Parts: sequence; structure tokens; C-alpha cells
Amino acid sequence: MGTQAAIELRNITKTFGSVIANKDVSLTVNRGEILSVLGENGSGKTTLMNMISGIYFPDHGQIFIDGKEVVIRSPRDAFDYKIGMIHQHFKLVDVFSAAENIVLGLEEEGKFNVKQSAEKIRKISEQYGFDLDPKKKIYEMSVSEKQTVEIIKVLYRGADILILDEPTAVLTPQETQKLFAILRRMRDDGKAIIIITHKMQEVLSLSNRVAVLRKGEYIGTVETKDTSEAQLTEMMVGQKIDLNIERTEPKDPQARLEVKDISCVNREGIKLLDNVSFTARSGEILGIAGIAGSGQRELLESIAGLQHLNQGEILYHNPKTGKTDNLRDKTPIQIRDLGVRLSFVPEDRLGMGLVGNMDIVDNMMLRSYRRGKSAFLERKKPKDLARKIIEELNVVTPGENTPVRRLSGGNVQKVLVGREIASSPTVLMAAYPVRGLDINSSYMIYNLLNRQKESGVAVIFVGEDLDVLLELCDSIMVISSGRISGIVDARTATKEEIGLLMTKNSGGEGNE
Amino acid sequence: MSKQHKEIHEPLFHIAKREALPFWLSWLIRIGAVAAALVACAAVTVLLTGENPIQVYATMIDGAIGTERRIWSLLQNTAMLLCISLAVTPAFKMKFWNIGAEGQVLMGGMATAACMILFGDKLSSPLLMIVMIVTSVLAGAVWSFIPAFFKANWNTNETLFTLMMNYIAMQIVSFFTYMWSVPKGSGQIGVINANTQAGWIPALGGKAYLLNIIIVAVLTAVMYIYLKYSKHGYEISVVGESENTARYIGINVKKVIMRTVLLSGALCGIAGLLLVSGTDHTITRNTVAGRGFTAIMVSWLAKFNPVYMILTSFLIVFLQKGATEISTIFGLNDSFSEIITGIIIFFIIGSEFFVNYTIKFREKEANK
Repeated sequence: MGTQAAIELRNITKTFGSVIANKDVSLTVNRGEILSVLGENGSGKTTLMNMISGIYFPDHGQIFIDGKEVVIRSPRDAFDYKIGMIHQHFKLVDVFSAAENIVLGLEEEGKFNVKQSAEKIRKISEQYGFDLDPKKKIYEMSVSEKQTVEIIKVLYRGADILILDEPTAVLTPQETQKLFAILRRMRDDGKAIIIITHKMQEVLSLSNRVAVLRKGEYIGTVETKDTSEAQLTEMMVGQKIDLNIERTEPKDPQARLEVKDISCVNREGIKLLDNVSFTARSGEILGIAGIAGSGQRELLESIAGLQHLNQGEILYHNPKTGKTDNLRDKTPIQIRDLGVRLSFVPEDRLGMGLVGNMDIVDNMMLRSYRRGKSAFLERKKPKDLARKIIEELNVVTPGENTPVRRLSGGNVQKVLVGREIASSPTVLMAAYPVRGLDINSSYMIYNLLNRQKESGVAVIFVGEDLDVLLELCDSIMVISSGRISGIVDARTATKEEIGLLMTKNSGGEGNE
Repeated sequence: MSKQHKEIHEPLFHIAKREALPFWLSWLIRIGAVAAALVACAAVTVLLTGENPIQVYATMIDGAIGTERRIWSLLQNTAMLLCISLAVTPAFKMKFWNIGAEGQVLMGGMATAACMILFGDKLSSPLLMIVMIVTSVLAGAVWSFIPAFFKANWNTNETLFTLMMNYIAMQIVSFFTYMWSVPKGSGQIGVINANTQAGWIPALGGKAYLLNIIIVAVLTAVMYIYLKYSKHGYEISVVGESENTARYIGINVKKVIMRTVLLSGALCGIAGLLLVSGTDHTITRNTVAGRGFTAIMVSWLAKFNPVYMILTSFLIVFLQKGATEISTIFGLNDSFSEIITGIIIFFIIGSEFFVNYTIKFREKEANK
């Protein structure tokens, strides 16, 4: 029994409507092992893990734990089998303390004993090297601390099969190293760990074996020590691809957008942006790096006219007229009326950039429907534009009258980026434009941004993958807790350097 | 390994989301739901009354379209319900949960009645009609403006607000019906201008309701075009789907909310005019008779499409008429007709579940 796999999946299939999320997936995880599940977005990694943790139920196939077939119908069943999942989006109560969140939902005998729980949490922390104050409230925590709470929560419940869904997506390189050290300690302690990711370096440095999924199908499992990045990519994508971004030298860069000392506060009076100043130049890509929620969104929205500022100015140097306008506290319409050609690909594609229930044609009109004096809509031009984008960017869709919410993430993004580029901007802002996209679509987007840069557009690119930022951008500005902690040359900077800048201002939290 | 076969409780079935169904199949499901509803109603009727269900349905159809008078009444009632449904639609499409149509229609009706009573013998017919239209539109619009103003400026809950406005409207009508009651103190206004017919919507070709129906038909077409092809209609959709997107492309969300809710209220005012001046020729606090709420269902079932609303409002009025007839013929009270209507509507709404979801049974493993 000692060599029995901790968990074994046999021929698991799950469909949503006609979409096959998983097809005949079989894999095993042993105790004392870290298995990476690698696959592009939409390849069915999360669906598969959700079936192990009781959120979905497989259409057919079997799950074995320690050699016994089990049926997991709910997250509670999964707990009973000592399976714990750490989701990509944390499920914590903000106003509760760490300890309260950890014991929440447990059916322990007797009253909630703060001291006893805190003691148990302290022991777990010590054992694996976590750093956590049980009394600290969730809303005071950094993202990495919140993640720690989630991990301890499942350990507290005695989980010995842990599933982590993209755990490093929100972490700095330093925090990632720390997490990996903890995971290795857990592995050595005999736990079975599954980590979902699409970052190649992490897979290679952390896991013992790698299972690859592609479009819901199980491609195979390889020993990490016998494989290479190229081989894994090929398994993931199904073909050999060239993963290089061509970076050209900026041609005649000129200041296009000058942001001077802008600050803004939220309703609670907390500063979201604090004296931010920078210049975006034509023909350059300015990257913005930072931990999620450090003010990137507010910064772009300030420029786009969606965020009220308390101080500072945003100066736009119009290349046509040579005039300089202050965009501060102007509405998007007023900005457009000034002749500013500003395009913005927001982070929230279907909640802000596009309307999910409308078809592609109607989404094309969002920016332009006001044109003309008629009280009625003109759908001819938007229709032509829709067809053009579908053709040029290879959007996979039944037609231009399909609601965009039916499209896959990559195609949704192509529609949005296509529309924003179509208005021939002089400034193009894109927030996390490749989030959730497969490798091919991602590189297509990078190419589009590069082409804009080459045609003299000032591109502002908010990204999360530091490797990509370093390869794509001309300079990288790092934002931390609403402040600019540094602007570096992307051609010479290192990942570690940027990682340090990412946590520089965070009030003593992340860098203890 | 001896416990290999212990406690494997497989769930018998689970529910999964469907992909988009072909148009005909989704309608087949809906028609099937109506058929199932009729079977269920038959069962209930037989259990409660012991009558032959075929006869019951015959009675139902007879109640709805048995005589020419009934057909006209059916069409007139459909037109009224459709008119109010059209009125609530722009606001609902914008996700402004206006459940105050009842009160807005009532205020429109009240304004109409007041004009008829106060100016019936003072103004010429065309002038009186113009004054009636203006005041009823204003009354409905004002009644919707108040909650919209508070919503746009202080984000108050429009559902509660509009609901409360209904009760105020009812009390206002009670107050005036008492003040103007004929004979004094009866609390009833009676037929207004019965002799002169001043302010009545005229009969066309001897058909009292024809003009009403034509007006609503025109409104339906106009609303369809407004929602689908006008810039305003487009803005309503965008604000309804996502206020963030609306802000992102520079729509003045406050302005669109106010404008749309005012339109909604103004149309409710028109509905009030048609009810008082075109049908009842009197007003009581129950003139609207719950149509303000039924209209919401009509609008939802039709997915806010004015053309589908013709179907849904017709269906609901047909059922109501038929069910009332069953109650009368078989000597049951009003509640029975409501039970029947309730069952049928339950099935219709329930059918949407099967349009969107499917039930899957787990396939057995071959290798056991």
C-alpha cells in the first residue's frame, strides 16, 4: 500500500453543453511529490481540479484515493478525503481575522476557542515556515498574506492532498520563491501537491512530474528532469512555436503624454495614486509592472477620464496641432472632442470594454455610434469593421452577429484590441491584454502592440508576466501602493530588480 | 482492499447548462410547457369539480372568444396590458426595476379623469383631448421622475420607492373619487360625461375599442424601432448591460437613466388615458387592476422584445378570460380562475429552465 498513488484519476470526462472541458483524462499523484498540471488557458486544468475538489461532478470516469474508488459530490466530501484546494480567487471574509477565516465553517466540538486555534495555526506556520499573524484582519493583508491564510486554512483541516490553482499569478518573484520553499517542505513532509500553472520556469524549477493538457485532452506526463521548455511548449500547443518577441529601437521618440504629480483617494480616504509622474513617448512601449491592485487601474482610468483626481495634471501633446491640453477631470467625451486619439483596452473586457450580450457589430459601435446627427444608428460601417477585424485577426466566431460573450477569451480580446486600434490612436493603453489567452493569441497581441509602436503610437502596457515585460517594453515603470517606485530600462533591467521595486513602498508588509 | 465496494453513492443526475438551442427547439419546449400546463390544469379541475376536462377547455375557449363581444374585450384587454408592458420595457431593459407602473398608470388615469370632469363642458373636443394627453403624460412622468431623481442622485432603491409610490397614487385616487363622487358621498364617480361623451376616445366604425387597439399597435411598432434602431435605444442597452462600459465610452449614465424612466412613466400615463378615456370612462383605485405588475411578466417573458410581447400579453389575457369563464360556468369563485392562471404561468416560466439547462444522467462505467 505504501506505493499507492495518493490520488488517481481514470478517464475523467466533463462537458459543458457541446464544449468538452476534459476528455478521458487520467493521471496520478503520489505522496511526497509535486505534480504540475500544465496547459494553456481553456485547456481544462481548472475544470479538472474542480472535479477533485467537489465543485463539479464528472460526466464519467473514476477517482481513486489511496486505491479506493470514491465519489466526490461536494467540497465537504473533498474535505473528508483530505483534499484541499487553494483557488485563484481567494474566498475570505475581509473583516474577519486570519484565525477566524481559518476556522470558519468547521464543525468543531464546543465553543470557538481563539487561543487553541491560534496555537494550532502557529504550529502549522512553524512546521512549514509560514509567516502569519492570526489576529490580523484580512483587509489589512497583502495578496501573499491572504494566500498564506488560504493555504493554512486547508492544512488546518488536515488536508494532505493540496491543489493550488495558479498560485503565483499574483505574487512577486520574491514571494514566489518563498511559496516554493514552503511547497517543497510540504512535499518532503509527505503531502501530495498539485499545482496548476502555465509558467514554464516554475514548472521546471518546482515540480517532480508534469502532466500536460491540451484543449481538454490529456497529452501525457513527463518527469521534469527529463524534459525541456521546448518539449513542454510543444506538448502544450501541439506544434513548435517561436517564442521570441521582436523589439525594434524606438524611432524619434517624443513626449506625447506627460503625467505630473497626480493623486487620487478612494471613499475611505486611502490614497490610490500618490504623486505619480511619468512621460509616455511616441514610438515606445512603456511597461507598467506591479502587484495586482497597486494603482494600475486607477492610473489608466485617470488618463481615460474615468477617475476623479485630487491633484496633478495630465498633459497631452497633440502631434497634429502642436497644442498641449490638460486632460485632468475631463470626461471621455470631452477628451475625444479635444482631438485626443486615446485608445484604452481595459482590464475588465466584458464588464467595461465590451458588452457581452451584444454582437460584434454592436460592440464595434460603442466608440462611434454617436457620429452623425441622425437619431438612428448606422450599422453599415461597424459591420464592415467587424468583418475586417474577424478576418485580419483570425477571430473564431460563427459570424459578426454572435454575442461576444459566446466567444473564447482570446477572441474576445482580439475584438476589443481590434476595435481600439481601428480608431488609429496616438496613445494606446492596454491593461493585462493577454490575461487568459493562449500562447498563440498572446503573441499575436504582442505583435499588434509592436506594430502600433512602430507606427509612432505611445503604448502603455500594464502586464503581469515580468519576462514578457522585459522582452517587449522599452522602459518599465514599477508601481507599488500607488507610488512609482522606479522607472527602469527594459533592455538592461533584471527580474529581481523589478521584483524588489514592486514591494518597495508597501508599508513594511511584503518585505519583512 | 476489502472495502473496495463500500459506499459509492452516485448522484442519479445532475444539471448542466445547455448551449444555445435552435430557435424551433426552444419554442417547441415552450409550447410543450403550455400543453403540460393544460394537462395539469385539467387534473386540478377534475379533482376539484369532477367535470370533464375537454368540456372545461371548451368553456375556456368559449370564455375568451365565444362571442364577438368577448373577442373585442379580449383584444382590448390585450392592448391595455401590452401598452403597459411597452411602458415598463425601456426601464427594465436598463435594469431599473420600476415596479411602479401600477401607480404611474393610475396617475395618468387620474389626470385624464380630472380633465374630463373639470373641462368636459368647457373645452371643445379636440382641445380637451390635447389637454388630456398632456396632463396624463405629465402625471405619469412626474410619478416616475421622483424615484428616478432619487436613484440617480442618491442611489436609493428604486424597487421600494416605486412600490410605495403605488400606494400614494391609490390614496390620491381614493381622495378624489370621494370628492367628486356622484351622488355625493357614495365614493364612486360613476361614468363621466355619460351624456356628452366629452373626452371619450371616439368609436371607429362603431367599434368602441378599435382606436385604442390601433394606438397600441402603433406604439408597439414605435417602441420596437426605438429600442432596436435608435441611439437612445442603444444607450439603454449599454447602461443596462454594464454601467462601467457606459462610463468607459462616455455615456452620461445619470442622464440616460432619467430620460428613460421619464419615457417609461410618460407611456404609463398614456396607458392611463386609454384606460379611463377609452375603456372605463370612470376611475376607481382599482382601475389598473394589477396590470402594472402583470406587465412586468409580459415584458420579461418576451425578453423585452415588443413584438414578442404581443404574443405574451395575448396569451395571458386569453388565459385570464378563459379561467374566469370556467369559474362562472362551474360555479366556482374568482380564486379558482387565479389558480388556473397561476399554474399555466408557472409552467411557462419553468420552461425557460429547460431551455437553458439540461438534466444529465450519469453513464455507468463499463469496466467494473
